Amino acid sequence: MPDLAIIGVGVHPFGRFPGKSALRIGAEAARLALADAGLRWTDMQFAVGGSFEVDQPDAVVAELGLTGLPFTNVYNGCATAGSALALARQTIRTGDHQLGLVLGLDKHESGAFTADPADYACPPWYGEMGLFLTTKFFGMKINRYMHDHGITHGTLAAVAAKNYRNGGLNPNAHRRKALTPEEILASRMVNYPLTQYMFCSPNEGAAAAVVCSAEVAHRYTDTPIYVRGVATRTRRYGAFEVHTPSAAVDHVPAPTVEAAKAAFEAAGIGPEDVDIAQLQDTDAGAEVIHMAETGLCADGEQDALVAAGATEITGRLPINTDGGLIANGEPVGASGLRQVAELVNQMRRRAGDRQVPKDLRVGMAQLYGAPGVAAVTILTT
Amino acid sequence: METPVSREPIAADLFTWPAEEPALVGGRCAECARFTFPLRDGCPYCGATAMARHELDRHGTLWSWTSQGFLPKPPYNGQLADPENFTPWYVGLVEIPGQLRVESLLVDCDQDSLAFGMPMRLVVVPFRREEDGREIVTFAFAPAHTPEESRA
Repeated sequence: MPDLAIIGVGVHPFGRFPGKSALRIGAEAARLALADAGLRWTDMQFAVGGSFEVDQPDAVVAELGLTGLPFTNVYNGCATAGSALALARQTIRTGDHQLGLVLGLDKHESGAFTADPADYACPPWYGEMGLFLTTKFFGMKINRYMHDHGITHGTLAAVAAKNYRNGGLNPNAHRRKALTPEEILASRMVNYPLTQYMFCSPNEGAAAAVVCSAEVAHRYTDTPIYVRGVATRTRRYGAFEVHTPSAAVDHVPAPTVEAAKAAFEAAGIGPEDVDIAQLQDTDAGAEVIHMAETGLCADGEQDALVAAGATEITGRLPINTDGGLIANGEPVGASGLRQVAELVNQMRRRAGDRQVPKDLRVGMAQLYGAPGVAAVTILTT
Repeated sequence: METPVSREPIAADLFTWPAEEPALVGGRCAECARFTFPLRDGCPYCGATAMARHELDRHGTLWSWTSQGFLPKPPYNGQLADPENFTPWYVGLVEIPGQLRVESLLVDCDQDSLAFGMPMRLVVVPFRREEDGREIVTFAFAPAHTPEESRA
């Protein structure tokens, strides 16, 4: 028996909302999730919130209601939602509470993220030299991966084109205009081989989930979605990661590999059982790499899978059916819960124009970000 | 012609300088013998605070690379490209055999000349000119064209 069930999800659209605060955006996502669960904020026994830009997402209680509930703020970079769900699971496992809300919200300025290198255990010169950039890491990682495993530029473009196309079917997505692979390849080269339209960008948005003890889930809904495994991992010595001035010559698996392994073990199933996946597509290359790092395919199989349409909504293994980060953008604190909300909506067969036309029993969501942190969540019906 | 002494390194003891043949200053753990760059207090493999200063080998091979197609925001503080007429530069990961893969600027190269596994050598290059005229230099890797340069 699983510990945790998701009984309601809500997504505030991702995009740009001038004049609207991150907390108001977050409050709307929370209200949508509560309405989806048929519950009220006053029913919540605990809450977990994550944000990069807002130090204390618990301030959202000013909008939702000052009920005095325990509200824990969680921030773990791009893996924030994984950590938030893990904490919710632990809270319910201890028996302290049975019903709670998990919320992610953010509101970033335009352009690539900047920060103080010292906050990522990097020296000042690393930033001064222009090396403290996530985008160049993704360029170097996929360039080597393409060399080792024969992935083509056309596959990168096809992945991005798929995600824009899926975004076009998602009313909450930021970038809803379809782009052809040719347009994607011809856009400005940001970090070879990655062009402008192959990258996601930081923006604004929020997502939330109402969770409860699996034992009582059927009190609230006929279609609970169970969290069977959630694992977060940081990098090991030898992994080549974001913000890494040096890495060991002896390569070790990326944190996504280890997080996926742990999450599947906890779930008692394997990657071959996954019917639908949400992967961290910071860029098109990241989606390609993460397909293999999570075990959905072997290294090098991606070209054939993408060419055959396997990762399309109508394919054997739909990936990023809501357009992923490429079409939605990345409000860091909210991104992972957007992934989970999409899986829940797909598995409950209410994803509208982008509903996957097959039975969906197992979903997987994967997050990855600086400075080498990953989270993988396994959901089942 | 300036003497090397008038050129200041971007950070103290990041690479040996001034030097005819500069080397990156890393660390080697006295307990587990693993390397790291730059030198830091704790060993990134075993956590022991037993890192000893260790000058890394000056030659390696190109493990991966990318172009830098836009002018980075601060904390970038260099003059690698004209902001008004930007041209990309290159960065990469150079594998120093038996030691580390090091992230670095790549110089004396372009997209067509870069190849996985090509021999590279450490160089020190101009990075920015301060308003008071001081020239700040930093490390980079350049293709090692001759057998002697690549220590083939």
